[in-house]
Amino acid sequence: MTQPAATSPVVRLAHVSRTYQSGALEVRALDDLSLEIPPDRFSVVIGASGSGKTTLLNLIGCIDAPSKGVVDVCRQNIAELDDDAVADFRARNIGFIFQTFSLIPVLSAYENVEYPLLLVGMPAAERRRRTTAMLEAVGLAAQAQRQPNELSGGQKQRVAIARALVKQPQLVLADEPTANLDSATGAAIIALMRRVQADSHTTFIFATHDPQLMSHADEIFAIRDGALLEHRRSGA
Amino acid sequence: MIGVLVKIAWRNIVRNRRRSLMTASAVAAGALAMLLFLGYTTYIFLGMETGNVQHLGHLRVFRAGYFLYGAGNPTAYGIDGYREVMREIGDDPVLKPMIRVLTPAQSLMGIAANYRSDNAASRTFFGEGIIPSDRARMLGWDQYHTGIFHPLDPGMSDADESSGLVGTGLARILNLCAPLKLPDCPPAPAAAPAEEHRGPVNADIAELAGRDAPQAEQAPEGAQIDLLAATVGGAPNVVSLHVASTQPQGAKELDDAYVLMHLGLAQQLVYGREEHKVTAIVLQLRDSRYMSAARARLNALFRERHLGLEVRDFGELVPFYGQVIRLFSSIFLFIALVMGMIVLFAVVNTMTMNVMERINEIGTSRAMGVRRSRIRAQFLIEGTFIGLIGTVVGAALAIGIATLVNRSGITWIPPGNAIPIPLHLDVLGRPLRAASICVGLVLVATAAALLPANRAARLSVVDALRHI
Repeated sequence: MTQPAATSPVVRLAHVSRTYQSGALEVRALDDLSLEIPPDRFSVVIGASGSGKTTLLNLIGCIDAPSKGVVDVCRQNIAELDDDAVADFRARNIGFIFQTFSLIPVLSAYENVEYPLLLVGMPAAERRRRTTAMLEAVGLAAQAQRQPNELSGGQKQRVAIARALVKQPQLVLADEPTANLDSATGAAIIALMRRVQADSHTTFIFATHDPQLMSHADEIFAIRDGALLEHRRSGA
Repeated sequence: MIGVLVKIAWRNIVRNRRRSLMTASAVAAGALAMLLFLGYTTYIFLGMETGNVQHLGHLRVFRAGYFLYGAGNPTAYGIDGYREVMREIGDDPVLKPMIRVLTPAQSLMGIAANYRSDNAASRTFFGEGIIPSDRARMLGWDQYHTGIFHPLDPGMSDADESSGLVGTGLARILNLCAPLKLPDCPPAPAAAPAEEHRGPVNADIAELAGRDAPQAEQAPEGAQIDLLAATVGGAPNVVSLHVASTQPQGAKELDDAYVLMHLGLAQQLVYGREEHKVTAIVLQLRDSRYMSAARARLNALFRERHLGLEVRDFGELVPFYGQVIRLFSSIFLFIALVMGMIVLFAVVNTMTMNVMERINEIGTSRAMGVRRSRIRAQFLIEGTFIGLIGTVVGAALAIGIATLVNRSGITWIPPGNAIPIPLHLDVLGRPLRAASICVGLVLVATAAALLPANRAARLSVVDALRHI
């Protein structure tokens, strides 16, 4: 949860390739891709289905390992960490927001948001304070004790955002976070994420097809066939 | 952190309550079957121990060699100066607080005959001479509160050396059914040729009885038998026994040959006018747990005094006891294995389904930073909970059923017994064993969860998140 130096990139990929074996066929999801994402940005990765967006996010999120190349996240070469260390690294530094919300169904909204703080061993009083504040920030203080199945899609995604942000990570990754929401709810969620990103100075990286989301982006990385096609900065 | 794992595990059990209930039911059925069988075997074991201790005592002191060879000629293995030996045992500061009853006993064999009947008959007998008041005290031993009390020996008293008991079978063989008014005991049909053949033998016994046992003439007519045995010196000796009543024995061979008499009469028959000895000094202890300590002390005492005596416990004297224990233990082991397998497969099946249904949730948790070991722990905790619930329910049912059975007053005649005794399921009679069953079942359930839990822990995060 240490803030990165203002200038150094929060994500750096150098000549990264990722291949999968699909039966006898070798599928190259990423091909010699290099990019840097500076901190405190609202970045978007766009591309057609199968272009490698999700694979890129998985590598940045340290839930997958490259076949070739170097992945540095928060100035840490992930290849140097063992499995438990990578899990701890994710617990401390990376928040995830999933297309299908992926809340733990047996935990209430409050408990879902509190869960990442338990993983980093935060004291109970501080946990309570942060969880309550985060639920208030996403407008769900009144629904704190509800189970996920008692929440609407938009409310679930707000809980997921609160869960991703509550530990104040350096990096939040979101894979199609508005894909399962209607356009009005999607817009509200984008506005919320933009607001909390501005407040927390966390780097957000999205994989999306959503033009609404793209319109809010500070940086856009367009990829095709596993290679970086274009890198645009807003206003550039 | 463990708190949230426990919370997630418990809530998933509640969430899948029907599946969890079915699996816990399998565990409960296992616990119920094993605990009830344990209760039954405990009852059998403690009942057999109680019966043996009541009749034989915990330990018996014999002259060295008696245990291996004495059955052929008990009279040759009499303990010299047995009263002095008993005094030493009884006064020993180590043994004294352990001993409940210390009493002598004389085993003997010979021929029992009833020549007073029109249908005279004789039969080899196996006899035991005891002190009736000591035996009455021994029959009151019930350390485990089994409620098993064998009837005292009616008609026998310390003051009356001439009275004794016989097995029901021996009474029937010796034509004592009518004089003793025994039910279900028809008189034997007349056997004329055999009568003629046995006539001289009976006459000899009658003659000897008339010479050596003057008290026979004063005993009540019709329930009188004569006992013939060889004395230590090899001479034949006869005494008359007033059969006060009969006592059925568990095994027919014993029932057809058993005679219980006063020690004095047995000694008179075996030793005549020579020094009276006994074949055994019986020790009934206050608590069976003293047995090894008492035995060790006795052996030390005999070594110190160069007495040439040996000590045997009731388990050695009654091999059937050990055989029954081994039989029931092996049946118990078999049942435990079957139940363990059922529990194992039920929990593996349920936990595998739980893992399959929650692959995406596992992926999410792993992405958030939950270590593989914690994913594994979460599913192990679920298995443990299911095992715990099933075991607690099974144990409660077992205790409830056992209480009902114990209060119902059902009686039965166990193998080797002749008298009905109350059926009792002593589920908590061996608490350590009962606890082992419960802990074992919970461990089996936990171990059964290990395979699916490992599978969950090994899942690739990317594959798990992709799973729908």
